[in-house]
Amino acid sequence: MCLGVPGKIVSIEKDLAEIDFGGIKREASLLLCPEATEGDYVLVHVGFAIERLNEGEALGRLRLLKEIEETCLGSAEDGT
Amino acid sequence: MKQDRILLAHGAGGKLTHDLVEKLFLPSLDNEILASLDDSAIIPTERARLAFTTDSYVVKPLFFPGGDIGRLSVCGTVNDLAMSGARPLGISTSFILEEGFPTQDLERVVSSIKEAALEAGVMVVAGDTKVVEHGAAEGLFITTSGVGLVPDGVDIRGSRARPGDIVIINGPIGDHEIGVLLARGEFSLKGTIVSDCAPLNGIVQAMLTACGDIHVLRDPTRGGLATVLWEIANASQVGVIIDEDKVTVRQEVRGVCDLLGFDPLYLANEGKLVAFVPQDEARGVLETMRADPLGRESVVIGRVVDDNPGKVLLRTKIGGHRLLEPLSGEQIPRIC
Amino acid sequence: MAHEDVLAQTLVKEILRLVDGKLRFMEVCGTHTVSIFRSGIRSLLPKGLELISGPGCPVCVTPVGEIDRAIALTRLKEVTLLTFGDLMRVPGASSSLSYERALGRDIRVITSPLDALKIAVGAQNRKIVLFAVGFETTSPAIAATVKEARRREIHNLYLLSSQRLIPPAIKTLLSSGKANVDGLLLPGHVSVIIGKAPYSFIARDFSLMGVITGFEPLDILEGICMLLRQKAQGRSEIENQYRRAVKDQGNRLALQIMEEVFQPVIARWRGLGKIPDSGLTLREEFEDMDAAKVFDLPLEDKEDPPGCCCGEVLQGLKSPPDCPLFGKRCTPDDPIGPCMVSSEGSCGAFYTYGVLQ
Repeated sequence: MCLGVPGKIVSIEKDLAEIDFGGIKREASLLLCPEATEGDYVLVHVGFAIERLNEGEALGRLRLLKEIEETCLGSAEDGT
Repeated sequence: MKQDRILLAHGAGGKLTHDLVEKLFLPSLDNEILASLDDSAIIPTERARLAFTTDSYVVKPLFFPGGDIGRLSVCGTVNDLAMSGARPLGISTSFILEEGFPTQDLERVVSSIKEAALEAGVMVVAGDTKVVEHGAAEGLFITTSGVGLVPDGVDIRGSRARPGDIVIINGPIGDHEIGVLLARGEFSLKGTIVSDCAPLNGIVQAMLTACGDIHVLRDPTRGGLATVLWEIANASQVGVIIDEDKVTVRQEVRGVCDLLGFDPLYLANEGKLVAFVPQDEARGVLETMRADPLGRESVVIGRVVDDNPGKVLLRTKIGGHRLLEPLSGEQIPRIC
Repeated sequence: MAHEDVLAQTLVKEILRLVDGKLRFMEVCGTHTVSIFRSGIRSLLPKGLELISGPGCPVCVTPVGEIDRAIALTRLKEVTLLTFGDLMRVPGASSSLSYERALGRDIRVITSPLDALKIAVGAQNRKIVLFAVGFETTSPAIAATVKEARRREIHNLYLLSSQRLIPPAIKTLLSSGKANVDGLLLPGHVSVIIGKAPYSFIARDFSLMGVITGFEPLDILEGICMLLRQKAQGRSEIENQYRRAVKDQGNRLALQIMEEVFQPVIARWRGLGKIPDSGLTLREEFEDMDAAKVFDLPLEDKEDPPGCCCGEVLQGLKSPPDCPLFGKRCTPDDPIGPCMVSSEGSCGAFYTYGVLQ
């Protein structure tokens, strides 16, 4: 469920952060994600950051796609 | 659900608005001119064809980045005339003012009307003013009507799209609705999007000079691009195929849509037009549009086919497809 | 990185390669339903692979009685009802919040529970009621807001809770034996909060596959691939496709805050009936903020409208076009059942984002 949009923390004041969503800025609460800091990417739902986004994994996801690409290309070359 | 009250959704420009017109207004007022439901009425007279249109403006806030209710009222009516290929002759402006409205603000609005009229090359030739009690008009409502002349040989109607036609739009979608939404400050969003409110009669004149046989012109106002494409597909009984990755949406508009759960294809525009142009004229029209300040970002977004008449097919970014329906009710921010 | 459509085509090719016979996957979450339709994924999948919508649509599963209870509240002159937009058009027995607003009741759409705090502070003479609907993605935010209201001594804010929990609904669905699904696409954002463990019963007790999936088209295609790979390899596991956002243990702090403020309670789900410990209600120490208690609102057990097949659609037993009312008496402009109200509901999605047959 639910619209969760990734954004970058631009500034923080107490438990409120200003988040940049590709040019649009909106504040979000860090009450559920207090360890987030300026520069972090967070997932925001109903005005609350609910998790920090792991950029390393974002790149890792592409690993699976590359695997698949190789498998498909591999099969194609075999003429399968 | 009960149908005995008018809802905000009836004014959103989608299915409910259509239903209201077809089931409540047309049965009483029906005549062959009204029945075409194009942007302007074309009234034949002995000498020439008159284009005639009317609109009301209830936008809030009254002043927003990119324009205000005054500019909107001129451009909206001029554009409705332009969508029939008509040269605007004159417009009227009627004001309903709430008691207590600051005179300074009224001056600002009128000044805006003057500027927009100059830009469009049209005169305000008639007007009216009424004042109502506090609370009855939320500040100011404006109604405009416009009259124009359709040049001989120009026949631009929603029912004229033909298989083979190319579909062109003059720029990115969603700027007006998002610009106004940001100006309202309702969802605590901060951004720089500005309404695209502009008079399109100039670019239309240039297009008509470049191409004598433009089939359809329509400005995607309330209801958005998807709704007008559907209206045209149905009026012409043709299929329309649109490429999602050709339709431009500014990054900030996309951001607001992601946050609120809106679909940019249903957002209102006030400085955009969609043109259906015969295939062999498409390049010429596109170049002409790109040479105009209001058409620098013009782009081909699709074409007309004879398969699936009445249906608009969107080819999605990932190579799939879905059908585009007209706006249902109004877009309400969602969390899911 | 290659263009989205090239990557998508790679994933689709893999799906076509792996699909073997007829398969039914349930996308539990309404937001997945919208994404699947909007992105055109449906049109790319092979005929043998059927995607069905599940009960993860808070709009769809909220029973008539709870909508009517909220409507009853708005009839009190001193009450301002705040709701997320999703609920405005859900039909109650004879009205909806959208209709009631047209009649002049004080009903406002908000996009964050924090708005409720601002509104309450700015209108001390009004009783501000937040009509909270949603799953575990939203509940921590609601809980945090309740705590904030307490901390800031805001006395005119109340909560009308129609919140629900996903795992009990999945369990009930699978236990009924009628669902007939081969695998589940699990809700990515609910999982951000609850993590992986609460789904383990799916594999352990029902020998079914589940993949926690994100919401971009590529995420969904990848999630489907992962399910198909499990099938091909004869595995039944819970896997996580949405690793960039979902940690195995979820968001512990969010869960803690939820625990502090809410307790599980029996709740009725449209289509699934009453499920124990599947709803959330305020704990005793927050009772003074519980709108249902403070305003003494009875919850009536009301019938679903006659002919409406939402219940069966929500369980994946019927497809929207199977319902006799679909597209005829029941459309998004005039919905009879909640599944048609928004494009997040199966019927609304089918209607709005149709595919050429």
